[in-house]
Amino acid sequence: MSIGLEITEADDKVAVGTTQLRSRSVFALLLRNPQAGICLAYLALVVLVAVLAPLLAPWGPQETDLPATNAPPLTPGHPLGGDSAGLDILSRLIWGARQSITAVLIVVVVSVVLGVTAGLIAGFYRGRFEAVASFVSDVIMSLPGIVLLIALYALTGPNISAAMAVFGVIIAPSYYRLVRSVVIGVRNELYVDAARVVGLPDWRIVGRHVLWAVRAPVVIHSSFIMAAGISIEAGISFLGLGNPTNSSWGIVLQRSFSSIYNNPWGVVWPALVTCLTILALILLGNALSDVLQSSARSKVLPPRRRRAELAAARRSLLTDVEPAPVPDETEGGALLSVRGIRIAYPRSEGGVNEVVHGVDLDLRRGEIHGLVGESGSGKSQIAFSVLGILPREALVLGGRVLLAGEDLLADEDAMRAARGRRIAYVPQEPMSNLDPSFTIGSQLSRGLLAARPMPKPQARQVLTDLLLRVGITDPDRVMALYPHEISGGMAQRVLICGAVASDPDIIVADEPTTALDVTVQAEVLELLRELSEERGLAMILVTHNLGVVADLCHTVSVMKEGLIVERADVETIFASPREAYTQELLSSSRSVELMEIAS
Amino acid sequence: MWLSLAKNLLRSLAVLLVVTFATFSLMFGNGPGIAKAVLGLSATPEAVQAEVVKLGLDRPLVVQYVDWLGHAVRGDLGRSFYTGESVSSALANRVPVTLALIVIALLLTAVFSVILGVTAAVRGGWVDRTLQIVSVLGTAVPAFIIAIALVFILAIRWKVFPATGYVSPDVSLVGWAASLVLPVTALLIGAVAGAAQQFRTSVLDTLSRDYVRTLRARGISEREVILRNVLRNSAAPGLTALSLTMIALLGGAVFIEQVFALPGMGQLANASAQINDVPMVMGTVLVTIVIVLVVNFLGDVGITLLNPKARKR
Repeated sequence: MSIGLEITEADDKVAVGTTQLRSRSVFALLLRNPQAGICLAYLALVVLVAVLAPLLAPWGPQETDLPATNAPPLTPGHPLGGDSAGLDILSRLIWGARQSITAVLIVVVVSVVLGVTAGLIAGFYRGRFEAVASFVSDVIMSLPGIVLLIALYALTGPNISAAMAVFGVIIAPSYYRLVRSVVIGVRNELYVDAARVVGLPDWRIVGRHVLWAVRAPVVIHSSFIMAAGISIEAGISFLGLGNPTNSSWGIVLQRSFSSIYNNPWGVVWPALVTCLTILALILLGNALSDVLQSSARSKVLPPRRRRAELAAARRSLLTDVEPAPVPDETEGGALLSVRGIRIAYPRSEGGVNEVVHGVDLDLRRGEIHGLVGESGSGKSQIAFSVLGILPREALVLGGRVLLAGEDLLADEDAMRAARGRRIAYVPQEPMSNLDPSFTIGSQLSRGLLAARPMPKPQARQVLTDLLLRVGITDPDRVMALYPHEISGGMAQRVLICGAVASDPDIIVADEPTTALDVTVQAEVLELLRELSEERGLAMILVTHNLGVVADLCHTVSVMKEGLIVERADVETIFASPREAYTQELLSSSRSVELMEIAS
Repeated sequence: MWLSLAKNLLRSLAVLLVVTFATFSLMFGNGPGIAKAVLGLSATPEAVQAEVVKLGLDRPLVVQYVDWLGHAVRGDLGRSFYTGESVSSALANRVPVTLALIVIALLLTAVFSVILGVTAAVRGGWVDRTLQIVSVLGTAVPAFIIAIALVFILAIRWKVFPATGYVSPDVSLVGWAASLVLPVTALLIGAVAGAAQQFRTSVLDTLSRDYVRTLRARGISEREVILRNVLRNSAAPGLTALSLTMIALLGGAVFIEQVFALPGMGQLANASAQINDVPMVMGTVLVTIVIVLVVNFLGDVGITLLNPKARKR
């Protein structure tokens, strides 16, 4: 889909050139993909066999050789044996390839014509047509197709082509849904609007822009529909709904199955050919969607590669600069120290992409430390690594997270014991961070009980008091509510309550106010400051907002591209920023403020 | 909640009417064709005409349909054109066989696909890769070919199970169970391949949600997060997958009954279709649609109950 969209976004003339180039390179990519190459080769072979059947088949489709009745495989003249009527199984399969291919073509043509046309109209014009077409397609898709096919045998009779056309109608809704959703997506794109404004007629917009977008998904889907077509053709022939005088893989299977006691091997060959062909089409479809719709999304590495990447990165770490020494807590030093932490994500094309390049950070008791930088600078990654809640695909290449001298990264158990109990987390998006299926009360109390085992009524009391403290006036009612029933500001208060309830030493707050209304933002910041002072909480405050930093923080680290470029007291940073990047951040944030004031 | 369920019920009724009328008109449209099939090819045109009138096929389609519907509502689905057997009583014998087959297969599918889907999503690694390969194979091989393979290997080569045939539970419960092992297995393989894959996807989707990270950050153990929160939030998509599976099983059963010679509804539909016994076919279509609608309705009720937003409305 992405390819179609990119092309349509380009200027028309250029688009023609690039698409030709693209389709050639897509085909080349497909051939270079071993899975697709093998599948295509196999399918080409099947087609070739079907076309050359008269030359290849040693026997005619209905030619009987009575001595070969139920002959086992490797009988001279009948390499795959004979069936109950003395028909040569190999020849019947070769002739049968013709009917299977014809059947598949009928299915694809009928379903593409119906489904794609209806999908284009419904997606482009919406309105009543869409309502009716969607209802019809839902109804057809909800019924088992084979039962309808059997019922309509009264209409089609023993005629595979007619039955496959009916199957094409039954399967058309799958194209309809696919195309409709793609068209709805494309329809509101700017370039389609532009084409409308220019006054292009609808048929040209559809032909030039929308069809391109639809092309790749339809090709991929067709591969799966062909697989279904092979399966259904074999299935209804097997049920005896085909014309028994024809030759088809399903008919061969049925005849061999009915004499399975006399010639057990007879069923193996038609079953094998059918399954291999279906498999080839499905694998081709998978390969097509990899090639046509591949995204640069990173994925979780298999354990062996994960270990290899980690080892390679650690070897390179030895050459790096030694991290700064850890200050001693007893001398009023750090409560939490991060040393030389390096985080990377696997690239889809191999290798890793390092997003944090060895960062040091110290947090004293009661200190509020701002971690500032633009998005993608690695601030949240550091926050997650301190809590041991990095995404699964992340690789920690090196470094230490020391909580009162104990390395949490090296000791999974220590990390688990500290998480929630000594280091707590306040997330960015309040609404998406509450489990929608459980009440507020049950989420809060389970978190608290996990961190600090205590009797349930006591936990409830702690939470009620704390909810009152964070500004929720009717805690009992709120605890009985589900997350969708409260506002974003209230949800953030609940989450802060959840973080503070277990009485931690440190809070890691990841952009705690970004998703909130401006008025609520100030209240939540005030709440965090008060809690920090009351409880002696240290805090790592991840933010891109320098206003928040000025408001709340004692110290600041400025991050850029995975490194801390400047670290100082909040006064120093604002009064005399040392680094050019910090100055840049400051001036751009001031201009944003000025713009906000001006508007 | 009640309002949406009532709407749902109304919609189901509308679907029932639309689909039965559509199949009815397609099947009963060809009156002379049906009469000829009943009388045989040598019948004179006069005899055919008389048969058309006798079967009531000369009346307008809508009249025929309303007549059929009126009787169907009272449980009378007409009689076979050939044997004169009542369609309702034929179905009463056949439907339980099919239902037993697919309900057992569905329950086992639910159990296996939840276990496999969750394990593959949570563990990753070789478990996940194996599931991927098996599920491609499972969807690639049609159920009736799996069935033939099972007959070939287990019944004919190794002789561990009865190959084909059906034993009524009234005769022997053990015999009944034994006669269902291979058919259920044949259906199960494809169904688990599909459903486990969908369940895996929805577990992976839930695992990547922000609230799962927050729950972990609270210090709740991984095991508890997965068994309570992740499973709970993957349940609704899982239920949708299962109701789709049920419908696929209904279709697959037609082939499986044919392979194992089980006297079920699909076999009745197939045999009746081949001799143009239209009332019988219509009866099986009706029962199929009713089963589909009931399954979809129950699925929707389940999803509504699982979703606090919909439940409170």
